[in-house]
Amino acid sequence: MKDLNNMIMKKQQQKKTIARDYIAMAIVIIAATIALLVFPDKSWPVLNISKNYLIELAMVLPAVMIIIGLFSVWVSNETVVKYIGKSSGAKGIFFSIVLGMLPTGPIYIAFPMAVALLKKGAKVSNIIIFISAWACIKLPQELMEVQFLGIEFTLLRLTLTIIFVVLMGIIIEKLIVFTDRKKIKLSKNI
Amino acid sequence: MLDFMKSYLTVIIINLIALIWLLFSVLRSKSKTRKSLKIAFKTFLRILPIIIIIVVFIGFLLGFLPPEIISEVVGEQAGFLGIMVTAILGSILFIPALISFPLAASLLNGGASIMSVAAFITTLTMVGIVTLPLELREMGKKITIFRNIFSFVFAIIIALIMGAIL
Repeated sequence: MKDLNNMIMKKQQQKKTIARDYIAMAIVIIAATIALLVFPDKSWPVLNISKNYLIELAMVLPAVMIIIGLFSVWVSNETVVKYIGKSSGAKGIFFSIVLGMLPTGPIYIAFPMAVALLKKGAKVSNIIIFISAWACIKLPQELMEVQFLGIEFTLLRLTLTIIFVVLMGIIIEKLIVFTDRKKIKLSKNI
Repeated sequence: MLDFMKSYLTVIIINLIALIWLLFSVLRSKSKTRKSLKIAFKTFLRILPIIIIIVVFIGFLLGFLPPEIISEVVGEQAGFLGIMVTAILGSILFIPALISFPLAASLLNGGASIMSVAAFITTLTMVGIVTLPLELREMGKKITIFRNIFSFVFAIIIALIMGAIL
């Protein structure tokens, strides 16, 4: 029952955000029109540039949206939790990255999933790797990055990001274990 | 024809992936396919206003600001300060990564350095000031603070390495 209420509340909140975005869009379009009327000599370059970017987006966006939709239906969150919860070591890191990369939803879905994983006994490092991969290495997004910034830029940024995300997961786990131990020692002394 | 294929290679690959997968999906389950397309359409409607805003913004950015000014603030000669500017901007702004790439490309075309653009994209996705309250509530203080601080520092390191290589 509580879950249901939560879900309804989240949905309403989402609707509000969408309405806010559309209002913002209307304001931006009106402001832009006025600005172009004030500076008529700029209107051709501005409209031309916007048009070019819009066309480039229109060529890839529908396909990217369809890929996102297909992923969220064919790969369930339960599958993700099952794989990361069980595995450890290099395998755990691998699963955390690969499953985090799947476009199964926005970041605010990843947090509750991460909590569920922690409760299931997954390692802190894998959770951090999972959240970070979820946030910054989404497969359909990477297709967009290749389209707009080129394959070289994309591959290099991805490789570096994966290396540093794994490093970060391991360091933060060590830090958390270290500070927790300190706390336990302190409370024992008292 | 070959030239056309070359310049639109990414477009063709992306659309082929979607098409082939869609075909498989239809063959396996019609109801699941319908559900996927519904999600795709909803996601599109959700993201559409932000797309329009960004596209207008790009037009004004490149149409009004001459490349000299952009490159002065976030270009090669801006150096480390330019990277910090875009890294902080990326941490604060809440733009879907999907839409950040055309914006990043426009900055790059407008005279920004590769380092600045890399820092912008990386902090945009990894550091979340807007989602911070949510992350704090769900993940706790320790993980959240460590994760965001390390992400910011590593984003700058990633940007520096990319600038050195590319």
